[in-house]
Amino acid sequence: MKRSLRPLAATAVIFLIAYAVSVLQFPGMLSTRVLGNFLTDNAFLGITAVGMTFVIISGGIDLSVGAVIGFTGVLIAVLISWLGFHPLVAFAIALGVAALFGAAMGVTIHYLQVPSFIVTLAGMFLARGGASVITQDSVPINHDFYSTISDLIIRLPGGGRLSFIGLLMVAIFLLGALLAHRTRFGSYVYALGGNAVSASLMGVPVARTTIQIYMLSSVLAALAGIVFSLYTSAGYPLAAVGVELDAISAVVIGGTLLTGGYGFVLGTFVGVMLLGLVQTYIIFDGTLSSWWTKIVIGVLLFLFIVLQRIIFAASAPGEESPEKV
Amino acid sequence: MKRFQLERLANPQLLALVAVLLINWLLFPNFFRITWQDGRLFGSVIDVLNRGAPVAILAIGMTAVIATKGVDLSVGAIMAVCGAVAATMVVAGYPTPVAVIAALSVGLVCGLWNGFLVAVLDIQPIVATLVLMVAGRGIAQLITEGSIVTFNEPSLIFIGTGSFLGFPMAAVIALVLMIAVTLLVRRTAIGLFIQAIGVNRAAASLAGIHSRMLLVLVYALSGFCAAIAGIIVAADIRGADANNSGLWLELDAILAVVIGGTSLLGGKFSIPLAVVGALIIQAMNTGILVSGFRPEFNLIVKAGMIILILMLQSPLIGNALGFFKRDTRQAGSK
Repeated sequence: MKRSLRPLAATAVIFLIAYAVSVLQFPGMLSTRVLGNFLTDNAFLGITAVGMTFVIISGGIDLSVGAVIGFTGVLIAVLISWLGFHPLVAFAIALGVAALFGAAMGVTIHYLQVPSFIVTLAGMFLARGGASVITQDSVPINHDFYSTISDLIIRLPGGGRLSFIGLLMVAIFLLGALLAHRTRFGSYVYALGGNAVSASLMGVPVARTTIQIYMLSSVLAALAGIVFSLYTSAGYPLAAVGVELDAISAVVIGGTLLTGGYGFVLGTFVGVMLLGLVQTYIIFDGTLSSWWTKIVIGVLLFLFIVLQRIIFAASAPGEESPEKV
Repeated sequence: MKRFQLERLANPQLLALVAVLLINWLLFPNFFRITWQDGRLFGSVIDVLNRGAPVAILAIGMTAVIATKGVDLSVGAIMAVCGAVAATMVVAGYPTPVAVIAALSVGLVCGLWNGFLVAVLDIQPIVATLVLMVAGRGIAQLITEGSIVTFNEPSLIFIGTGSFLGFPMAAVIALVLMIAVTLLVRRTAIGLFIQAIGVNRAAASLAGIHSRMLLVLVYALSGFCAAIAGIIVAADIRGADANNSGLWLELDAILAVVIGGTSLLGGKFSIPLAVVGALIIQAMNTGILVSGFRPEFNLIVKAGMIILILMLQSPLIGNALGFFKRDTRQAGSK
């Protein structure tokens, strides 16, 4: 097997083992119903994580995605419920606003030469504050279009349902994988994360690519916001607080290096599924409290980071290995 | 020496603080009124000192971390853990000093863990501290068993709401800590070593600095500061709230450090100015509250402030401003 695929394989194997252990304990988890819900319940997280994967491969980080989800939800709800727009028009407006927002962050990061961490932090404050200024309450959405979409489900044998938003997430992951591994933009992103200086010397349009990366992340976060509003039929300014952390965790667990230049979009999919598995397991168990989710995710993060260190130390003999210390 | 003092007074952070306070005064004429009541000072300015103390304390540790080109995202979670430890121990009947020492030790251990990940396992600081940021609140809830642990132990409550010579205890603790840490890093070579690591860790190690040891200590300091802040916040509300104690305060602390002129790229830092930064943030918070605006505007104002600082600090603007100064020299060389 190719060495570069090792982290991806490790994540997939760990997911399969964890799933097998869960199934041994609760045979009910091996059903199309649970698998279908995996996709539906994690759809917004997955879509966000695709954008985060690109940002992290390019060597940056985007802390604003959770706030963008919240802002999009409020914007859509206000446009539909208060101003009477058709949902599709509201979606288009929300995606456009997010694209501008992401572009502004990309411009700031590139031209002011400041760490993406602090710029997207400002973006997070701005989006969250903007959403809270529009409204402080949860705005319900009652539109026929929403019920039409929630009725769009494929029934599987065994009582499972593949919902529209679950399938949308899978489609976004496939498109994201194509974009990362089969297009020029994808190779620019990898080049930028590997070494920004050599990338620009080799003719990678650094400014344009940086702006596009953050636009992509914000647009996908807005799409996640749309999915979240379809999922909850409401817009709430404090929705999806902390999703950025879950998304970053999913990306890291999926084998993407936070230093940039290396990672897989499909690894992120496994990462999201693993986070979903932890949550589902805790629900199935019933005696464990929900805060165990956080601890288990923290432990998983730690294990994967150490695993990456060991794998990379083994595959790059020139580097100092952590065991020497 | 005299000129040095003057330059210190005229730095942009203090001017910004004065400007924010003046705006508060214009919006709310009673802002500077301070009254003496029940053996302590009362007033909006005192409130700024009191409420700003936790972030100021976090900023002290965070400054050292950021000076080494790192960042500590876990301080908010560590606050929750330490508050939970102090509260549950006091409720379980331990005397306050024991509970406080235990909470401080837990904070120190959390910091050592971060330091171990960063310095020994060579993991990037954002990721290394992300582990504890995610897991920390879970651990805190494990300690409090999911409920908000309330207590009525007067000596512990004193740490959060008491007063010393009329000043709020939290502000006094922050001041003492600031002076102690500043003396430690500026009157010894430690500050220089920290800066050296921030500029170039490999070069610092080659020059004989025990960079691994020092990094561990810097993160331990940050964990320790977070523990103090956590105890103060818990004592202030007389309870440990694992979900909300210190929530997003890591971001406020980073913002305070950046306002204080410490470079996120490492190598340049000032602890007193980071504390001033924390006071600026709190003065704006209080200003927005007393002038009757909705608190949500706070986030937008903070975002605007970050953008302003970034623009002022950015090399692009620096070049544009320096253009006139360097113009003649550049023309000569070409």
